[in-house]
Amino acid sequence: MQKIGVFVCHCGTNIAGTVDVHAVAEALKEEPGVVFSADYPYMCSEAGQNMIKDAIRDYQLTGAVICSCSPRMHEATFRKAATSAGLNPYLVEIANIREQCSWIHKDMPTATEKAIILGKAAIAKVHLNAPLTAGESPVTKRALVIRGGIAGIQTALDIAEAGFPVDIVEKQPTIGGKMTQLDKTFPTLDCAACILTPKMVDCAQNENIKIYSYSEVTDVKGFVGNFRVTIKRKARYVDETKCTGCGICTEKCPMKKVPNEFNLGMNNRTAVYIPFAQAVPKVATIDPEHCNMLKNGKCGVCAKVCTAGAIDYKQKDEFIEQEYGAIVVATGYNPIKLDRYDEFAYSQSKDVITSLEFERLTNAAGPTSGQLLRPSDGKHPHTIVFVQCVGSRDTSGCGKEYCSKICCMYTAKHAMLTREKYPDTDVYVFYIDVRTPGKNFDEFYRRAVEEYGVHYIKGMVGKVAPRADGTLLVQASDLISNEQLKINADLVVLAAAIEPDKTARPLATMLTASMDTNDFFTEAHPKLRPVESPTAGIFLSGTCQGPKDIPETVSQASAAAAKVIGLLVKDKLTCNPCVAHSDEWMCNGCSSCEKVCPYGAITYSDKEFKMPDRTIAIRRVASVNEAVCQGCGACTVACPSGAMDLKGFSNRQIMAEVDAICK
Amino acid sequence: MQVNNEFKPKIIAFCCNWCSYAGADLAGTNRLNYPADVKIIRVPCSCRINPMFILRAFQRGADGVILCGCHPGDCHYTSGNYFARRRMTLLFSMLDYLGIEKERTRVEWVSAAEGAKFAATMNEFVETVTKLGENKRLEDLRCKEN
Repeated sequence: MQKIGVFVCHCGTNIAGTVDVHAVAEALKEEPGVVFSADYPYMCSEAGQNMIKDAIRDYQLTGAVICSCSPRMHEATFRKAATSAGLNPYLVEIANIREQCSWIHKDMPTATEKAIILGKAAIAKVHLNAPLTAGESPVTKRALVIRGGIAGIQTALDIAEAGFPVDIVEKQPTIGGKMTQLDKTFPTLDCAACILTPKMVDCAQNENIKIYSYSEVTDVKGFVGNFRVTIKRKARYVDETKCTGCGICTEKCPMKKVPNEFNLGMNNRTAVYIPFAQAVPKVATIDPEHCNMLKNGKCGVCAKVCTAGAIDYKQKDEFIEQEYGAIVVATGYNPIKLDRYDEFAYSQSKDVITSLEFERLTNAAGPTSGQLLRPSDGKHPHTIVFVQCVGSRDTSGCGKEYCSKICCMYTAKHAMLTREKYPDTDVYVFYIDVRTPGKNFDEFYRRAVEEYGVHYIKGMVGKVAPRADGTLLVQASDLISNEQLKINADLVVLAAAIEPDKTARPLATMLTASMDTNDFFTEAHPKLRPVESPTAGIFLSGTCQGPKDIPETVSQASAAAAKVIGLLVKDKLTCNPCVAHSDEWMCNGCSSCEKVCPYGAITYSDKEFKMPDRTIAIRRVASVNEAVCQGCGACTVACPSGAMDLKGFSNRQIMAEVDAICK
Repeated sequence: MQVNNEFKPKIIAFCCNWCSYAGADLAGTNRLNYPADVKIIRVPCSCRINPMFILRAFQRGADGVILCGCHPGDCHYTSGNYFARRRMTLLFSMLDYLGIEKERTRVEWVSAAEGAKFAATMNEFVETVTKLGENKRLEDLRCKEN
């Protein structure tokens, strides 16, 4: 005989505002098997949980239904409470009457009626719930960090510090990411290289960290604690172990007209190159698209001049397989392409540049050695116009609807630094809003306006037109004085929106981690689990999860590391007990289930069965490896004889819910 | 006959735990309205949905059944939604053969970030099913008694 307890939560007024919770509790009291039914303002509070525990003990409950918020929110909380009162956690069911009822309906009778039906469905299901025991699986004590920008570097360093081995897989020939291209960083104006490069060196020297540069993740199998990852080490045609990074090959290489991606194409590099002086690992890479030796076998200069004998034109891509317990995604961002914003003449004039290009122009290691010069004629610009929100907060469909978050601050920085270095320059900033929500951020922006005399103008630039004399005519509106402005500028800097790196989407598919419509990785909970993906064992670090500045990125990176360490210190993980199982008496050994299992969790073996006529029959039957099964249920539908079922979501349970809803 | 004004369809939405159920939660968090006629059943993956469940729903008097899963390629279990898609294609053509209007069943892909899409889909589906009226074709008279 089932004894079921029903607990209806008010969630303050979140539920009670539109659902008559008392009526729900009363109605559900009449359901078969229900021996206790009550409502309470906050079921998740200590007092609420105690109410559940007391009822379980007092009424010897065999099942509990909590009508509350989404199971994604508090299922774990209530299962834990049940366990501590001696009830198997899998005998608890949640009826989601907040996200899927009270919050979407405004009319109380309708919402109450729906809440009662949802409660009835949960009661019908819990009647058929069986106590389940979670199995255990081992944890591989090694972490993988995908991409080695500042986010990946910080995460890797923190994990390594705790004593666990970490591998960084970086697509580029060097780690460091976007931060290596920056000049100064807001709001302290310390130089990016000065604070980043020591961390890069730390990574290289840390014995717990292994850097796979110029490499990509091509396949991910397995699950939390037991991932099997294939890493493609792209052929760099240079033996990493022999190359000393002396750079003589880069000096002698005759192919000198390759656009330098580190300087965003504003100057050239050679076909064999080291991205920048502080690269880690400091190893040369041959660009196969431009190397004459690799393209047509004519040249070989670098091999001749290399004293270490590190050049190897016959190197091939190499695939290695490695096991990890946790994976951290740190794929970062890129500025958007500006081809849809031709009103700003980006493709027509060399003197219309992006903010990242501006960073390179002011960086001492950049194409102009830190001199702010116009890309077209190499002269000092005297009037500079900065345009904010190019592609950010754009609902027209051309750009991104979100705020890129960093542009207001870096533009204030650019404007300030320009005025400091070249006081004779007029600097205009066109903005929609100036957003400075960060520690010392607003003070920083005010300094740009008050101390450095930067002209901030609220309004958007409508058009930038190159003129015959080489200047740029900027047409804009000043929304405060309600005037149309025309400015003759020497240089226009566009604060291009940032978007997730293009590799993020295929990677998310490999990791089965979810993404939002903008291709940012989704966090397990926006407030309470911001550095975890909903997929167990996958963690998020930096801008792959949403636009962030460096301080935020570093804090999130460390937070992700803390979560990884929390996982890796465990020797065993409890598995999800809601896995498939086969009724061997019903199984006819047809292999249908094995074919659809994405995890290879189903195997077949010959087993002896004592038949009713006392003979012994040997039959081929399926069995499920519970440690490998992830509980998707594909096999349960494929099984023609109905032998395969899923614990926790059995055929009978789901049909009981269907029946209860249709009643 | 006041049936059309009074008629409230019974609609079951099967939602996969990883994408669509989270999408439905997001619709709630954003307070996006859709009719209370929709009742959601949580399943681990769209591939857990046995065609039998849908037939059962119609037998027991459901007027519409909608399946929601992760977008193709985004399945938490890699390939589950592909199985669901194939199975439902077969089932739907069988339902058509049985005379159940094909508008009464649907497969939609809703990600965890698409709360607005979830609400819009449900609004539209309920409207379609309401227009079709009560589903009598697959009603099991034995079920009616309880």
